[in-house]
Formats: sequence, C-alpha cells, structure tokens
Amino acid sequence: METLNEWAFVGVFFAIAWVFPALPIIGAWLVRPKKPNALKKQTYESGVETVGDTWVQFRVQYYIYGLVFLIFDVEMIFLFPWAVAYERLDWFAYGAGFLFIFLLTDALIYAWRKRALEWV
Amino acid sequence: MIELNAQTIAFAILSALILGGGLGVVTTRNLVHGALWLILSLLGVAGYFVLLSAPFLAAVQVLVYIGAIAILIVFAVMLTRSMTSLGEVRNRQWWISAITVVLLFLLLAVGIILPVWGRGAPGDVTTLSATVGGAVELGEALVAGDGFVLPFEVASILLTAAMIGAIVVARDEEDGQA
Amino acid sequence: MGLTGGDVLTTCVDFINTLAPCLVRAGWHGDIANLLSLLLGVVIVATVPLLTVILLIWIERKFAARIQDRIGPNRVGPYGLLQSLADALKMLTKEDITPTGADRVLFNLAPIITFATVVLIWAIIPFTPLHIGADLSIGILYFVAVGSIGAVKVMIGGWSSNNKYALLGAFRTIALIVSYEVPMILALLVPVLMAGSMGMQDLTHAQGGMWFIVMSPLAAIIFFIANLAETGRSPFDLLEAESELIAGYHIEYSGFKFGMFMAGEFMQVFTVAVLTAVLFLGGWWGPFVDQVPALGFIWLGLKTAVVYLFMLLIRNTVPRFRIDQVMNINWKFMVPLSIVLILLQSFLLRLVDVLGLRPAPELANDLLANLPQTLVLLAGNLVLGAIFLLLLQRHGRTLRKADEALAAVREPAPAGGMAEA
Repeated sequence: METLNEWAFVGVFFAIAWVFPALPIIGAWLVRPKKPNALKKQTYESGVETVGDTWVQFRVQYYIYGLVFLIFDVEMIFLFPWAVAYERLDWFAYGAGFLFIFLLTDALIYAWRKRALEWV
Repeated sequence: MIELNAQTIAFAILSALILGGGLGVVTTRNLVHGALWLILSLLGVAGYFVLLSAPFLAAVQVLVYIGAIAILIVFAVMLTRSMTSLGEVRNRQWWISAITVVLLFLLLAVGIILPVWGRGAPGDVTTLSATVGGAVELGEALVAGDGFVLPFEVASILLTAAMIGAIVVARDEEDGQA
Repeated sequence: MGLTGGDVLTTCVDFINTLAPCLVRAGWHGDIANLLSLLLGVVIVATVPLLTVILLIWIERKFAARIQDRIGPNRVGPYGLLQSLADALKMLTKEDITPTGADRVLFNLAPIITFATVVLIWAIIPFTPLHIGADLSIGILYFVAVGSIGAVKVMIGGWSSNNKYALLGAFRTIALIVSYEVPMILALLVPVLMAGSMGMQDLTHAQGGMWFIVMSPLAAIIFFIANLAETGRSPFDLLEAESELIAGYHIEYSGFKFGMFMAGEFMQVFTVAVLTAVLFLGGWWGPFVDQVPALGFIWLGLKTAVVYLFMLLIRNTVPRFRIDQVMNINWKFMVPLSIVLILLQSFLLRLVDVLGLRPAPELANDLLANLPQTLVLLAGNLVLGAIFLLLLQRHGRTLRKADEALAAVREPAPAGGMAEA
C-alpha cells in the first residue's frame, strides 16, 4: 500500500498540474482585448502569402529517425531491470548484458553503414 | 461487491479515459486527432498498470507507446500526402469490418471471462502480491542462467532484425537509384 | 509518510510529512485527511518551481546582459527584480490571436501541456532526506516517461497552428528531442548501475560517500549535453533558427499562451539543473545534513545554482549548430560513447567487486572507504573519454583535409589567379 499511496500523489499531481498553466490563460481570456480581423488572423510565414495546404508531405528521414529511436527505446527499457539487479548478479549476468548491448551496437553500425543516420 | 475506495474511483476514471480515447480514435475523421485520442487511451492503460502494482510496466507503456509509437504514427501520417483528414468515413467494406470487430470482441471477452469466472477458475482473483513487476526481480529473472536469459537475448536479435528491416524498407528507393 | 507514533504535538511539528495522522488525531475522517495532505503536498511541490522560475527569468536576463555588456532589466523594482511580474501583467492584457484555420482546441491545449509536463517532473525530486513528493520505485523512469511526452506537446503545438514553418519547426524539434533521448537514457543507466535502484532517494543515498560525477564524469557530461539539447537552447536552438524557421513550432502563439511556452522552457532548464544535481552532484548531501535534514534543501539549491549558471554560460557564449551537425554529434558520437561507457562501467563495477575494493555497507558513506573504487572508475572514464576525443580529433582532421581538397579543386590557384587579373 505504501507504493500505491505514493502513486496517489502522482495521480493527484496529474489531475492538478493542468490547473497551473490553465488559470493564467483563462485569466488572460477574461481581461484581454478581442478585436480580431482577417488580416490579423493570417498565419505569419515571413510576410509571404500562404500558398496551398499547410499539412504537406514530409521526408522519409523523419520516419527513419523515429524508427531507430523506437528500437533503441525498447532495448534500453530491457536494460533498466538488468542495471537495477546488477549488484546481486554474477559474471554470467555481465556476459548476458554484454551480449545484449553488443547486438544493439550491431544495429547501430548497420544503420550507420546504410547511411540511415544522415540528415539528407 | 465492488467497494467504494480510492482504487475503484481511480479505476473508474482510468476506464473512462481508455474508453473515451478509444471512441475518439474510431469516430474522428482527422488522423492526427486519432493519434492524440490514442495517446489518451494509452495513458489510461498506463494507469491500469500502476493500479496492478506494476509501475515499471506503466513507465514502459508511456515511454514506448506514447513517447515513440504515437510519434511514429504521426510521422507516418505526415509522410502520406492527403491523409491528414479523411473525407469519407464509411466505404463499401464497412460491414465486413463491423462483423470482424464484433467477432474479435466476443472472442476476447470469452477468453478473459472464462478463466476468471468460469468453471474451475479461482474464485478470488484479487490476491496480487505487492512485488509484482518489481524491477529487481525482473532484472534477476532476465539474466539468470535458469531464468529467461535466452528470450532476453532473442529479444535483442529480434530488435536488431526489426531495425535492419525498417531501414531496408524505408530506404529502398534510394538504394535502387544508386 | 515516514514518521509514526508520538503525541499530537510531535506529530504535527513536521506538518508537511505528517499532516494526515495529525488531522486524524484532531478528529477528521481518515480519507479526507489523506486527500487534504495529498493536495497540500502537491501544491507545495508544484509551487517551488513556479516561484523559482519568476526569479530565474530575472537572473537569466541579468546574466545574459552582463555577458553582452548591457545592464539588463533595472527599471521595475530594486535592480529590476519585479520585471518578470510586469511582463506577466503585460502578457495578460495583450490581444491573443488564433490564426485562421488553426485547430482551436489543440492550439489552446499545447501551451498547457507544455507547462504541465514540466511541473509533473517535480513529483520525484528529493528536496531533503525526508521531503519528496513521491518516492517511486521507478523514480528515474518516471522522469524519462514524462519527459517523452515532450515530443507530443511539440507536435500538437506545431500541427495545430496551420503554419508551414511551425510544422517544419515542430518536426525538426521532435527529431532532435527523440534522438537525444537515446544517449540521455543510456547515461541514466550508469547511476542506476551504481546505486542498484531507480528510486530517487536511493540514488541520492548511494552518493553519501562519493558523488556520481566523480565516479562517472562521462555519464554526467552525456546526461548534461543531452538535456541541453532536449531543452532546445543554444547551441541546440535549431527550432528557433530565425533565418530559416522564423521562431519554431510556436510562431503563431501570442499573449499568455506564448508566455506559457517561454515559462515552460525556463522551468525545464531549471528542472534539468535540479536533476543533474540530484543524480550526479549528490542531491541533498552536504555537511550536517544528518543532524538537520532541512539543510538538504539548501545544499540542493546551491548545487542546482552551479549547474544552472553553467547552462546559462553555455547558452550565452556558444554559437548554434547546424541540424545535420546536431544529428551527427548525437548518433555518431554520443550514442556510441554512451554504449561503450555502459559496458565499461558495468565491467569496472564487477571488477571492483571481485577485487574487494567496494566499501563495506557500514562504511558506504565514508569518503576514504570509497576512494579505491572511485579511483578505478574515474581512471576508466578518463581513458575512455580520451580515446573518444582523440578519435573525434582525427575525424575532424580528415574532414578538414577533404574540405581543403574540395576548395582547391573549385578554385585551382586563388593567389595566382588574382595576380593575373
């Protein structure tokens, strides 16, 4: 129960944290002047008239970074329990962790060689 | 009976989050909105893990699903032109997917209900130990020789293969041109 | 909520930790007392960064002004101390413009999420040995998880503005944040390895004998740099590259919503400084903290100030990187370095264990008993750092030679050509 009590704190925090930034924004909404017009509401793109749809097609490179990150993310998650229990483990555990990280490095080297990490 | 305490209240709120988020995902016409509703739903699932005394899995849920996969979904949406908003929600195959979804739901419901409340199931299922999902036990189990060391390494190989596959698929055209 | 027993008076002295039992003794209902103490705790923990950030904005502006040979804010209040309040009032009364075609709900949600996610991290900061919002068993992972929502808020802000530059800025920022999360999390594994726990109080307790920055300076540096990038400040302020992206994902924001983005950034920098102090500079450890736990708050504040001022110094003196340089530094230098670092650190820790250099549990907080293992770990870190720096230097030389060769091809003989003309 002790840990759940700690998490109750986090839960209340999640419920309340939104209030702090929301209050001044609502306050500003109450007191600020509201005189919008079409010119004011134009998007600012360096003073040039907006052309076409905003939600344009993006390059595949962003997606590749996302993929590489996702895979590293999952790998690192596996390493956290290993790191926590490390003190109580033996050389075998070091070997297991070493092999795991070595395979991770393999993936990194492959991505590097295939120039997937370049910003093109 | 269900007794009214902080845990049940939290459970109700989280369930509302999950179901509301899920409803948002399937009703919105905008794919980016859909991804954001999905994030809300997944956040609720992370809360479930906390209630089940598995905070480590809750952190994994947020880190991997919200921090990485949701972002990846948005990237994917932005990669495909004119996919940010769908004009038509229903198409000709809508009834096929409806039947499939209902069947899947029934299958899952039976699969969950039978082992818990069916014949031969343990009547009392609220006996979770406080150490479920403890990171230390997980770590020891993962790398102990008589534990799960093989799946642990296989997971690493699987992820490496996933990375290689992803790069091959994503950069296919450029390699072809070169 | 650690303390138990004693009469009403002793229970109610340290009221932050023991409000609930104190109220129960005064005749309140248990659940309501619990909820009240939770609410009080949340408000206190959240107010600390909120109040500090008002002061920090002044410090930052004064600091930047001194570096740029200016005076800085000096009109409102003594030494311009009340400048931030005046700015807040100004922002409150400014007209707030929502651009045409913006996604209204998300547009308003983004600044709120930005600010809230930074406040949320404070739930796990250990202020003193006794005072911490929530001492979660997964403490450090909570920080990583909440931090990873950062990419979502950038996406919402950039996407909902209906502005191409905002969207482009958001995507760049997400790519940057997501990339630098890899070395950051890998660097966090090192303190976890040394402390054998992810809880923030355990991580601080483990530094009783020696700070982790001495036992693994490389991890501290990687964590610091990665976080610098996550906050999106110079030299990593690509999202604000005025000449190409105008102002990043929050171009379209005005009034207090923009203020929330700014305050969120200031607070994130401060939060990162606190985390660095907790994880690598010993947190609340300091002289006499055993006798007077409240002193820990002051020690933590001092260490945070050192880290924070160092971050300001970097922000104001280092020029901006290019986006491809930023990505290269991360994936081709920091990530390999942190991977090798984990292999090395875990090996050295096991070696220290085998050689019997690890201090006995009862001497864990003794400086002298910690020296042998510290020396081994420090030496390993220094050698590794030196090797990687040498590699970097060699790589830099090859790059420069290639550049020079390219320049020579483009302009065969610049000096001779000039003479003929």
